[in-house]
Amino acid sequence: MNLVERLVGLIRETSSSLPTDVLAALRAAYRREDAGSSASVVLRTILDNCALASKTGSPLCQDTGTLAFFVDASLRRKVSPDAIGEAVAIATERGHLRKNTIDPITGKSYDDNRAEGAPVVRYVDAGGAAAGHGRVTLLMKGGGSENMSRQYSLPDAGLGAGRDLEGVRICVLDAVQKIQGYGCAPGILGVCVGGDRATGYEVAKEQLLRPIGVRGRRGALAEMERRLLEEANTLGVGPMGLGGKTTLLGVNMASRPRVPASFFVTIAYMCWACRRRTLEI
Amino acid sequence: MKGSIGPVELTYPFGERAVRALEAGDAVAISGRVYTGRDKFHKYIADGGRMPVDFRDGALYHCGPVVVREKGADGELRWSVRSAGPTTSVRENPYEPDFIAKSGVRIVIGKGGMDSATLAAMKRHGCVYVQAVGGAGALYAESVKRVAGVSLLDEFGAAEAVWHFDVVGFRGVVAMDSRGRSLFAEVAERSARALDELRSR
Repeated sequence: MNLVERLVGLIRETSSSLPTDVLAALRAAYRREDAGSSASVVLRTILDNCALASKTGSPLCQDTGTLAFFVDASLRRKVSPDAIGEAVAIATERGHLRKNTIDPITGKSYDDNRAEGAPVVRYVDAGGAAAGHGRVTLLMKGGGSENMSRQYSLPDAGLGAGRDLEGVRICVLDAVQKIQGYGCAPGILGVCVGGDRATGYEVAKEQLLRPIGVRGRRGALAEMERRLLEEANTLGVGPMGLGGKTTLLGVNMASRPRVPASFFVTIAYMCWACRRRTLEI
Repeated sequence: MKGSIGPVELTYPFGERAVRALEAGDAVAISGRVYTGRDKFHKYIADGGRMPVDFRDGALYHCGPVVVREKGADGELRWSVRSAGPTTSVRENPYEPDFIAKSGVRIVIGKGGMDSATLAAMKRHGCVYVQAVGGAGALYAESVKRVAGVSLLDEFGAAEAVWHFDVVGFRGVVAMDSRGRSLFAEVAERSARALDELRSR
């Protein structure tokens, strides 16, 4: 199979099948909720939807989202932005992707989902892979969840959040309570502590590439991930905001150095339909 | 409806009595005609546009589906729905109370819920809000058994057009009823209290 067709396959698979860690977390959530509750009805619907989409190859959610390709730098020549763009156009024509790319000035749709800056393609450190070999990871993130992402600047007097890990904790819990079910809960949080505004959003989103349950590299953050997951799930927001024990499926945190004057806490909210998949080339 | 086993079956046309009997928290399965309508449609009606279909005793679905035109086994071109989950409803808050009053719609389907003005209009006119599961686009597409037509396609494009869906067993949960109860308001209040407690730890 040629490269473009393999990339089309990656798009189709990503759009129709959730990663195993996300599915396992959804199944565990379904077992945890009371039978007959709204939470249980919502999670059953989600699981049935995933099984069906995976079987038929249809998009599991109609908002096929912002397409972000993370490509090992060792594949820079082989997996070019042009090759990716061509695959995206073919996948759109075949109904694996919605016509989802709009010019913000004219309001016109780019019907093949190709434009300057779309899809998003980033070449990342390959970790020593030989040229022509490596991994392509696709992350699809819908607009409903993207609209819920947010950034705090510490100290925040209104929240009573200071410039320490406890302040970070208050920001994250505040975000989860404010977001309610609007981002299609149960969600997954990518959190960046520190950095500047731009890298904060970038690094927070990158944390969504990490499977649920794989803890952060720094001990203090790994501990905070566990604590925040447990505490957020006592808020009672529940699946789709109808109440219940499962508000979040996971919390993934990372940190970046900050300058003395700034202390940002950035939260990338991902819906339960966390579509990510990796192709080895 | 409390204590019933399985979802409450609702079939078009949705009578006022059946709709007023629903309570927040009831699981429902909707069958019959459902029309989609989202941002451009609401603005168009508010600006004095002509109602393209009759919503009386009907259902309005906040949805921008993935629909493709394809040849069936008989060689005829027809619409095929690939994915049809709900979109966020809050954007229609400014329009919905008037729309409910004007159209006679009985069920509004979407996600995330709507504001207190919409809740009041639902109480007054006998209408409920059904929360569909955001992201469950494939399952909802399968519950669409037929695309009976489409309105305003050229004007609004496929994602914003008014699709005429004939559905069977479309699943959701009544989240705002016609007695003035909203699960969203209750959950927001409860979670705010829980957050206060966590902050003081």
